[in-house]
Amino acid sequence: MSRIGVFVCHCGENIGRTVDCAAVADALREHPGVAHAEDYKYMCSDPGQQLIKKAIADDHLTGVVVCACSPHMHEKTFRRAAEQAGINPFLVEMANVREHCSWIHEDREQATAKAIDIGRTIVEKVKHNKPLETIRIPVTKRALVIGGGIAGIQAALDIADGGHDVVLIEKDASIGGHMSQLSETFPTLDCSQCILTPRMVEAYQHPRIKLHTWSEVEKVDGYIGNFTVTIRKKARSVNEDLCNGCGDCQAACPSRKIASEFDAGLGKRTAIYVPFPQAVPNIPVLDRENCTLFKGRRKGLAKDACGKCKEACLKGAIDYDRDDAFVTEEVGAIVVATGFQLYDIGRDQPEGLKGYGEYGYGEVPDVIDGMQFERLASASGPTGGAMLRPSDGTEPKTVVFVACVGSRDPEKGISYCSKICCMYTAKHTMLYKHKVHDGRTVVFYMDIRAAGKGYDEFSRRAIEEDGAEYIRGRVSRIFRDGEKVKVWGYDTLSNRQVEVEADMVVLATAVRPQPGISELAQKLSVSYDQDGFLNEAHPKLRPVETNTAGVYLAGACQAPRDIPESVAMASATAAKVLGLFSADELERDPSVAKVNERTCIGCFNCERVCPYGAIEHRDVCDVDGHVCGHVAYVNPGVCQGCGTCVAVCPSKSVELANFTDDQIYSEINALAGW
Amino acid sequence: MADFEPRITAFVCNWCTYTGADLAGTSRLHMASNVRIIRLPCTGRIDHMFIVKAFERGADGVIVSGCHPADCHYTAGNYHARRRFGVFRELLSFLGIDPKRVTFSWVSASEGGKWADVVNSTVERVRTMGPFDSYHGLVGAASPADDPFASFETPAGATGDSAAAPASHTGGAS
Repeated sequence: MSRIGVFVCHCGENIGRTVDCAAVADALREHPGVAHAEDYKYMCSDPGQQLIKKAIADDHLTGVVVCACSPHMHEKTFRRAAEQAGINPFLVEMANVREHCSWIHEDREQATAKAIDIGRTIVEKVKHNKPLETIRIPVTKRALVIGGGIAGIQAALDIADGGHDVVLIEKDASIGGHMSQLSETFPTLDCSQCILTPRMVEAYQHPRIKLHTWSEVEKVDGYIGNFTVTIRKKARSVNEDLCNGCGDCQAACPSRKIASEFDAGLGKRTAIYVPFPQAVPNIPVLDRENCTLFKGRRKGLAKDACGKCKEACLKGAIDYDRDDAFVTEEVGAIVVATGFQLYDIGRDQPEGLKGYGEYGYGEVPDVIDGMQFERLASASGPTGGAMLRPSDGTEPKTVVFVACVGSRDPEKGISYCSKICCMYTAKHTMLYKHKVHDGRTVVFYMDIRAAGKGYDEFSRRAIEEDGAEYIRGRVSRIFRDGEKVKVWGYDTLSNRQVEVEADMVVLATAVRPQPGISELAQKLSVSYDQDGFLNEAHPKLRPVETNTAGVYLAGACQAPRDIPESVAMASATAAKVLGLFSADELERDPSVAKVNERTCIGCFNCERVCPYGAIEHRDVCDVDGHVCGHVAYVNPGVCQGCGTCVAVCPSKSVELANFTDDQIYSEINALAGW
Repeated sequence: MADFEPRITAFVCNWCTYTGADLAGTSRLHMASNVRIIRLPCTGRIDHMFIVKAFERGADGVIVSGCHPADCHYTAGNYHARRRFGVFRELLSFLGIDPKRVTFSWVSASEGGKWADVVNSTVERVRTMGPFDSYHGLVGAASPADDPFASFETPAGATGDSAAAPASHTGGAS
C-alpha cells in the first residue's frame, strides 16, 4: 500500500499568486494512496526540506511528490533531502506547477484545477516508482585525442601532464594542424611555428603520449570510461621504426611537381614526402595517388615503374606492400579536436552551398585565399617569405582583401560568422605592409568584429599605422584585366560604386568543419548542427562536453575558433577528462532499460533501434545446458535510458526504470476524471 | 458547444519540448490551460497505445512533441517516433479518431513561443471539432439502434434498424 506525501510549494508568490496551494494540498490529501499533504511558502528552503524529512519519518512515506518548479530545477535538491531522511531518492518526483501552470495562466480557478491534475498524475507515477541504485562502472584511465592541431596537442599535453596516458591520432603525416601553416599570429604578430613546434616536439617525446599519425578513427565501441576505439593506420609505405628521417628518399623521388597541401597548393612536393621540414614525426609518407610506381601498378604493369626511393633508403625502411593496419586502443574518454577547413569557394560545391564563381577563385591565379597568403608571407613558404604573386612572381603593389567570403551570407548557404577573418585580414594587411612599404592595401568588409583581448587595438593599428583602406561593402565581381585583377564593389558608407585595379586579391573565406566530420560524429554518437559543427551539451554551461558522456570537444570542430580559444577549450576538456579519471568508478543515472528474459522472444527489434549499441545477445539453455535460443540483454553501462527499445518491443519484455508502461498508463488514467 | 473546454493530453520528451515548455513558463507566455503534460525521456519511448489510451480515457485531443530532427538527445529516438507515427496516423481514422485531433510537432528547448503556439492552436482546433465522445458512446449505448455492435449480434438479413446503426456511428466519429 502506497503512502505518498504531497508537498505543495508557494514559491513565494510565484505559484501562490495564481494557484490556490492550500486547495491543491486539500484535494490531493483525498487522493487514494496519499498519506500526507501540506503546503508551504518555500519548499526548497531549509525549513521546507526539514518539513519533508519530518513527514517521511512520521508518516512512513513510501514516496514523495513535490508540487513546485520544473524537475530540471530542484529535483536533485528534493531527492537529496529524501535520501537524508532515509528513503530512496528515486521515489521522489516533481509535479511542475510553476513553469507549466502558475506562470502561464491567469485564471486562478483554472490554474488550481490544472495544478491538482498535475499533482495527481505524478502521485500515480510515484506509486509505481521503484527504488533504484546508482550504477557504478569502472573507468579506463586513458584518453584518446582525435586531431593533432594546436587544440589536440594542448589537450593531450594537459592530460598527460596530469598523469594519465593519452593516445593522440592525426589524419595527416605530421601533427601541427593549420597553426603550423600560419606565418605570424594575431594580435601579437609572433611567429606561429616558433610557438608551436616546441609543443609538437613535447607531445611527441612525452612518455605518456602515444602518437598515431596518418591514422583515422575506424570504429568506436563502448561508453564513458570504457571505449574501445579501432584506429586505421593508413598505409604509409615507410616503416616508422626503421626510418631516421634523413630525407634521401625525397631527394631521389622523380615526381617533383605535386601541389603541396602544406603550402596550400602554391608550392610543390615529391610523391614521398614529409609535409614540412619541422614535421613531427619526421617520417615521410608515400602518396600512392601520385607515385610513379603505384600509378604503374594500377595500370597493371608487370614490372614496377620506379623504386628510386627504396634504392636510396639505406635503412631499408621503404615498404611498398604495406597495407592499412588496424590498431585497437582501450580508453575512458575521447577528446575531439578535428578542427576546420577553409571554404573552397570554387564553382564545384556540395549540396546547399552555392560558391562564389564571380570571384574567379581557382581561375584567376592571383586570387588566393587566406591560407595561401599565410604561406606567401611565411619564411618557410614557397617564396621564402618574399611577397610575390603566384601568376608571374612579381611583387604586387595593390592588394585587395575581401572579408566575409562565404560567411554571413545565408543566400549562399552559410549564415554564421567565421570569427577569425576580421582579425587575420587586419594581420594580412600589416604583414604585407611590413614587406612592401610602398604597397597599398584595400579591405572590403561588412563589419569589423574584433572582440578579444588586444584585438580592436590590433585592427585599428592596421588602419592607423599601416594605412589599410577599409571600405564597408561587398564585392560583386573579381576578374582578370590584362596584368591586373579588377575588383568591383560597393561602398555602402559613401553610397558609391568602387573599382580597384589590384595586383592580387586575398579572400577571407569561411571556416567550415573538416570533411568527414559527420561520419566521425556518427561513430561517436555526437550530434552536429546544420553547418556540420559538432554540438556541445549546453551552449553556456557545458560548452566542451557533448551529449554522449565521455566525449568532449576542443577547438574549431565545435564552431569557428581562434588559437587562444582553441587552447582554452583544449585545457577545459583536459580538466573534464582529469576529473573523470580522478575516481576509480563512475556513477550513472540508473533510469535504464531492463529486459524480462522470461518473456523476451529474441526478435532483437530493440537492437535495431538502440542508438548506443547497448543491446547484447544472451544464450538461453535447456535443462541439459545446450543453447536453444537467444534473448536480449541491456548493458546498463551503455544504456542512456531513452526508452526507444521499450516502444518497439512486440512482447512488452523490456521496461525503462521509472518510465514503465504501468506508470505512463497510470498517469493517463489519473487524467480520466478531469 | 460554446462552453466546451477541450481536454488535451501532451506526450513530450524531457530534453527538448519539456524544457521548451519550461522556457515558455520562465518567459511568462500565457497560453490555454487545457493541456496536461506527461513527461517521457524521449519521443522514441512513446508507444502509440498511449495515444489511444488517452482518447479512451476522455481526452479530446493529443499532442506529441519532441526534439527537431537531428537534435535528439539520444541521437535517433525522434526518427523512430516519426516513422512510427507516420504509420500510426493512417490507423487513427480506422480507430474512429479524426487525425486532426492529434498534433505532432517538434519543439526545441529554445522554442518557448512555439510551444505556446502549439498549445493554443491545438486547443482552438479541437474546440471547433467538439468533444471526442465516440468511445463513450460505445459504452453508454442506450438502444440497439445506437449500438454499433448490434449488427454483429443480429443474424444477417434482419430488420433495417440494425443496418442503419453502423452508419450513425461512422457519422459520429468523423
